[in-house]
Amino acid sequence: MEVKKKLKELGLKVLSEAEKGQNPCLEVPIRSLSNVKYDQQTRMITLGNAVAKRYFFNIGHVRKFVQTVEAAALSKELLEVDKHLSLREAFYRMKRTLPNSNINLVDDQEESNAAIEDLELITGASREQLHINANKMGSVAGKVVIEDKGDTVDWSKLGSGGWSIPSNVEDIVFKKVSAKFVLYMEKAAEWERLHEDRVWEKLNCIIISSQGQATRGIRRLLQRLHIEHKLPIYVLTDLDIWGFYIYSVLKYGSISLSHISEKLTIPDAKFLGLTVDDVLKYDLKKHLIKFDETDVKRMKQVEQYPWFRDNKEWQRQFKMLKELGGKVELAALSSKGITFISDKYVPEKIKNHEFLE
Amino acid sequence: MTDSITAEELGEKIKEISIAEFFEKNKHLLGYENPTRSLITVIKEAVENSLDACEEAGILPDIFVSLKEVAPDRFKIIVEDNGPGIVESKVPVAFAKFLVGSKFYRLRESRGIQGIGIHGAVLYSQLTTGKPVKVISSTGKDVHEFELMIDVLKNEPKIISHKKEKNPKKWHGVRIELEVEGKYIRGSQSVIEYMKQTAIANPFARIVFDSPDGKVTFERGVKEMPKQPKEIKPHPYGVELGILRRMLSITKARTLIAFLTSEFSRVGRTSAEQICRLAKLETTKKPQDLDHEELERLHKAMQMVKLKLPPTDCLSPLGEHLITEGLKKELDAEYFVAVTRPPAVYRGYPFLVEVGLCYGGNLPVDKPAKLYRFANKIPLLYNQSGCALTESVCEVDWRRYGFSQSEGQLPVGPLAILVHFVSVWVPFTSEGKQAIANYPEIMKEVKLALQDAGRKLAVYIRHKNKLKERKLRQELFTRYIPELAESLSKLTEKEKEKIIEVLQKFIKKGEIDGEEIGSKEKA
Repeated sequence: MEVKKKLKELGLKVLSEAEKGQNPCLEVPIRSLSNVKYDQQTRMITLGNAVAKRYFFNIGHVRKFVQTVEAAALSKELLEVDKHLSLREAFYRMKRTLPNSNINLVDDQEESNAAIEDLELITGASREQLHINANKMGSVAGKVVIEDKGDTVDWSKLGSGGWSIPSNVEDIVFKKVSAKFVLYMEKAAEWERLHEDRVWEKLNCIIISSQGQATRGIRRLLQRLHIEHKLPIYVLTDLDIWGFYIYSVLKYGSISLSHISEKLTIPDAKFLGLTVDDVLKYDLKKHLIKFDETDVKRMKQVEQYPWFRDNKEWQRQFKMLKELGGKVELAALSSKGITFISDKYVPEKIKNHEFLE
Repeated sequence: MTDSITAEELGEKIKEISIAEFFEKNKHLLGYENPTRSLITVIKEAVENSLDACEEAGILPDIFVSLKEVAPDRFKIIVEDNGPGIVESKVPVAFAKFLVGSKFYRLRESRGIQGIGIHGAVLYSQLTTGKPVKVISSTGKDVHEFELMIDVLKNEPKIISHKKEKNPKKWHGVRIELEVEGKYIRGSQSVIEYMKQTAIANPFARIVFDSPDGKVTFERGVKEMPKQPKEIKPHPYGVELGILRRMLSITKARTLIAFLTSEFSRVGRTSAEQICRLAKLETTKKPQDLDHEELERLHKAMQMVKLKLPPTDCLSPLGEHLITEGLKKELDAEYFVAVTRPPAVYRGYPFLVEVGLCYGGNLPVDKPAKLYRFANKIPLLYNQSGCALTESVCEVDWRRYGFSQSEGQLPVGPLAILVHFVSVWVPFTSEGKQAIANYPEIMKEVKLALQDAGRKLAVYIRHKNKLKERKLRQELFTRYIPELAESLSKLTEKEKEKIIEVLQKFIKKGEIDGEEIGSKEKA
């Protein structure tokens, strides 16, 4: 169904309930640990069937109820004029003070973001389909030619900055894909290293980075390259629990985006580093940064994720990492030589199939 | 040898100095230990006499009190009532002769008991200023005006002057004017506070107080008076040895058994015989003939016999209605509740407890509750911390009723607490009559009364909070309705005003409470 029509029907449903004297109600699928499960078959985190009923005439619900309906109205407006807003702009669009009070409809962007996420859950349409975009973040370079809003873009001819990835990659058309695999890294610094060393050219691949956790746009782009062009995806992160988690989210999804897992996850993604074995092999122990409390706490949670728990290789890494007692950054590889990561680390690992799955 | 005096002369001397000396030595017990308190005591004695007189005659009291500073630390006090008046011949004795024992055996709830009251005030006036008191009285016929002093040597009234005037307006009542040394203060232990609390406990009285700060009128709140208490005879369980001795010496009964059955309540022939048997005394023995040992045996035996508890119609509580009305007219609060307990007995004395609670209004939210203590309608202004009534209040768990409270302290919150102890014999901790002794029976009754009232108050507070919440809720939804309507109008392309109408129906119908359903339901 067309998104605009869905939004109108949402409004009509709420109104007709009110007209019948029923407390207007929104049914929002619950995104919590209790309502997601890991599907062994599809190898992704998927949302269960539990929904939260949110009523207008309920002191605890009214605020979120109105915020969500307002988000719907805003989205409909955007669709009508065919414009997009960033999450930040959407926040300002929704923010206003209720008459005769000091109550703001939304107080901060977290509230408007949550309302938009709830709207995604209710309508089943993604944020991008609702014409609300996250900040774009991340760059890509490689032997790929695409078409975006009528412009032809060659990812191998964009200088030192590369192509910056928009938050909505749905409408991008891949014209020519010569690259054979994708290297995804969590940090822009590594991307710049590999880009300067023209690794994408030498290894005939695509290099993509974001900053920290991959954005939806990047995840969707990775997934499309993987599905539409059968490119293997390699994930390059620091050796710490947060790096493992970035890999985990790319591969299997997350609780907060479990409602759109099938549009984001890449169950075949491979972990290219850094591993404890690498640290030992390249003698990086001296660059160890000791774990703090949150690292240790988080590790206990992540190692129990079903896909890690039942994987011997991963359990070995967790065990060794605990013994190591600290984390090591990819940047530490520069101690071995300025272009060590580009000339030796990445090419050798790929050649020798030294990755974890 | 001129210095030597005979035994007769010595005896005479002792008698002569006795009254003045008795007063001087005991004035701290009688309420005259300092100028501030003395002022209150003089007014209190006069006002209570007036209230008692009116009540006994069944007249709604109309009392006028004037207090004016005539010289530094010297005050003229006038107290006038509309009571039955005192007959001409009794006026001098009523005001200027100590009548120890006149009300002594009278076991009936009343304000004064010992009969020192007004005479103490007259003597205090005389001792501090040397001036006579003026008493004007009429029973509705002629008006008699006396100037009186007490002959402290003979304990006899001394009439300085006596005038008789016509009374065309048929005025009746008593007016007393006296001048005393004293000190006028304001605050929690002051004349004005005494007047206010008296007004609370006597809502059927109209009291006008012309104070040094101006005229204050305590209007009458109700037109009914508490029923007149009946006199009862003492119950054997409560009688003290000294009193028993005196009763034996003045009784008209010729035999012990007649004495017991006629002078005590709840003692029949069988019980009287049983007492005599236990005391190993002849039933026919003459009451006056008991020696000290026999007296003690008798007293002991009287406590051992199983008897019915004393009758309780000798008590005259204010009742829940009068307490509520009294509080309502003097305190600015929003909720009042009163509880009168059924009579109970301590040491053979019937008593009962009644309490009142005031909540909200102008009462301070962050201070300990104000406690008003009364014994037989008399405010107890002093010695709050040493009083069993206070102790009982502090022992109640007020947190249950929505107040904060530190262990063993008064609760904190917009609350005023009235506790009224009613009995034929009030167990004051001292002659100052400001604190009640902590008999477990009494404390239990106070706590039960407070708990009962506290529960009722808690219901009110809950109800109030609910209403408040409901109002807040309505306001909240009312604010969100236009916002929702605006958004819905954009979504549905329908008119905003119509949508507002639809949503406002919910608030008008008051249906916004019932529909609140848990936030998480599995579909």
